[in-house]
Amino acid sequence: MFDTNELVINMGPQHPSTHGVLRVVLRLDGEKVVDADVVIGYLHRGIEKLSENRNWTQIILLTDRMDYVAAATNNVGYCETVEKMMAIEVPRRARYVRTILCELQRIASHCLWIGTHAMDIGAMTVFLYAFRERELILDLFEEFCGARLTYNSMRIGGLPLDIPPGWDKKVLEFCAIMDGKIGEYEELLTHNRIWLERTKRIGIISGPEAIALGLSGPPLRGSGVPKDVRKDEPYAAYDEMQFDVPVGLAGDTYDRYLVRLEEFRQSLRIIRQAAEGIPEGPIVGKVPRLIKPPAGETYHAIESPKGELGYFIVSDGKSTNPYRFRVRPPSFCNLQGLRTLCRGHLIADVVALIGSLDVVLGEVDR
Amino acid sequence: MIDTFVIPLLKIVIVLNATLVAVTYMVLLERKVIAWAQSRLGPMRVGPYGVLQPVADALKLMIKEDITPVRADKWVFTAAPIIAMVPALIVYAVIPFGSEITLFGRQVTLYITDINVGLLYIVSVASVGVYGIILAGWSSNSKYPLLASLRASAQLISYEVVVTLTLVSVIMMAGTLSMVGIVNAQYNQHVWYVVAQPVAFVLVLIGGLAETNRAPFDLPEAEQELTGGFHTEYSGMRFALFFLAEYANMIVVSSVVTTLFLGGWLPPFPNTAIFGFLYYIPSWMWFFLKSFAFLYLFIWIRATLPRYRYDQLMRLGWKVLMPVAIGNLVLTGILKVLF
Repeated sequence: MFDTNELVINMGPQHPSTHGVLRVVLRLDGEKVVDADVVIGYLHRGIEKLSENRNWTQIILLTDRMDYVAAATNNVGYCETVEKMMAIEVPRRARYVRTILCELQRIASHCLWIGTHAMDIGAMTVFLYAFRERELILDLFEEFCGARLTYNSMRIGGLPLDIPPGWDKKVLEFCAIMDGKIGEYEELLTHNRIWLERTKRIGIISGPEAIALGLSGPPLRGSGVPKDVRKDEPYAAYDEMQFDVPVGLAGDTYDRYLVRLEEFRQSLRIIRQAAEGIPEGPIVGKVPRLIKPPAGETYHAIESPKGELGYFIVSDGKSTNPYRFRVRPPSFCNLQGLRTLCRGHLIADVVALIGSLDVVLGEVDR
Repeated sequence: MIDTFVIPLLKIVIVLNATLVAVTYMVLLERKVIAWAQSRLGPMRVGPYGVLQPVADALKLMIKEDITPVRADKWVFTAAPIIAMVPALIVYAVIPFGSEITLFGRQVTLYITDINVGLLYIVSVASVGVYGIILAGWSSNSKYPLLASLRASAQLISYEVVVTLTLVSVIMMAGTLSMVGIVNAQYNQHVWYVVAQPVAFVLVLIGGLAETNRAPFDLPEAEQELTGGFHTEYSGMRFALFFLAEYANMIVVSSVVTTLFLGGWLPPFPNTAIFGFLYYIPSWMWFFLKSFAFLYLFIWIRATLPRYRYDQLMRLGWKVLMPVAIGNLVLTGILKVLF
């Protein structure tokens, strides 16, 4: 007698909480999500193809535009790939500064994540608190390279400039400030009943499932898989740093939240070690005037704030631009999990899950 | 003549205007308080410290284009904001803002009218406002508003039941439905009902938050999920009416809670000789202080808490608050019979 229809709702690309231009076509039974079809491509700028027509140095600037809230890690990933192809030895000082920048970037990116994630669930104050601290990091970056968002802060073989005098002290001061602020976020969220109800047992994904879906970074570690490129295949100066890789147990949204919160603390720990021990020495290694890697293909991955960021580059050894340039963006791969995560949950959980995967559409679409 | 027509009419004009001004400034207050909680400044550009911001907002909303979606149900679409707004305003008729003052040698009561079913009147009129939201969502002929209005109707009806059941225990204490009568009962019993009925106080406060669609129960307009909820398709002054209705309802809820639980215009420790000096502060001042405290609390909650999910909200309403409300009612009855 009563006939029910599935309701098809189009969430995005212009929706306040799809973090940019993500579009999710939801099929709803009441408020329950039957299926979620993720549509991407609204921010496609052809960065990979574009890179095949730029010389090796110019590409650094393009990598800024992928994960635009963590530009420095993108730069590091690319530069290290080229260094690996050309077997360039990067001086220790440069590697230390790279480590500091990467970890500052991780904190900045996680600040943006915690802000928007909490905002999606309705806690608006955390957003402004997190942005207050992110601002301090942007100031540090501005002092280092003059830019606040797209840094272009690396060169193949090292750094474009040495750190300004006293910059390492300021980094340490920031660490002291940030230490207290993480507690502020936790106070508002971690033991908040509503927050617990909104995130616990939401979007559970087991370790093997997460691996099968190709997740990486906090979404993978939240499911209890202790995989971190910084530990497994150390780059920059991570082999000299002491830090732990936090993992979750249940693999739900709350665990992913806890993992990222702990990463704040571990990042601060790394920054402290690196900033206190920056060695003297040159900032650029022996780099030929004309960058022309030998023919061959290379894959190199780093741990970006979102997960495993890999570059696959093919050089023909003749021209001054890559023959093939391909990025393994963590956001893109993590987004594959959204459909699985959403099924069976309510429409309100969809925004929490998008937030919990922490995707940046600039990186998904490139 | 003066007592039957002029004074009531003057009161209506004053209360209506004062309410509308209070509502617009409530928006500014909210923005300022939230800004303060979030370590920023809030509106600062229009007038000193942004005090003229509500004027600018009102002007902007009035000159905005008024859009009716082509496939909307035009009449219902037009009527919905009015249905939401009017009940929010006419409730003020029975709210006692103070006891009596002498003005130009004439005793004037600080309420428009005191009907013997005052509380019942408030509850029933306020529930009419729900229709505004339901009709708005339905008549927009759009998916997000429809979902939001379904949420709204479910939420408002279930919390309405809880609040009304809880109010019964207050009525049992006071023995009257008249708002003025309830304040006087607290005067005669030497106690604010927040002390005598703490559970009812908490229940009405939570229910009040839910009924005014305030955080953490602001699901019908959940911006992050439903892009603004039931008023997604509204623009200009019609949107403003929904907005004003929400804030007017907030003031109603805080006034009602003040009257029922905090002794309305009475100072703390009412009708006690040693604290007689508290009566030097005029009655309306006490009322406004207390209501203001509640409004501040509402804003504070919004700045602090995340939002409930729809099913959790229903569970809280029916499985937690409802049994507590009934238990409180039964307990009040037993104690009333025993003592």
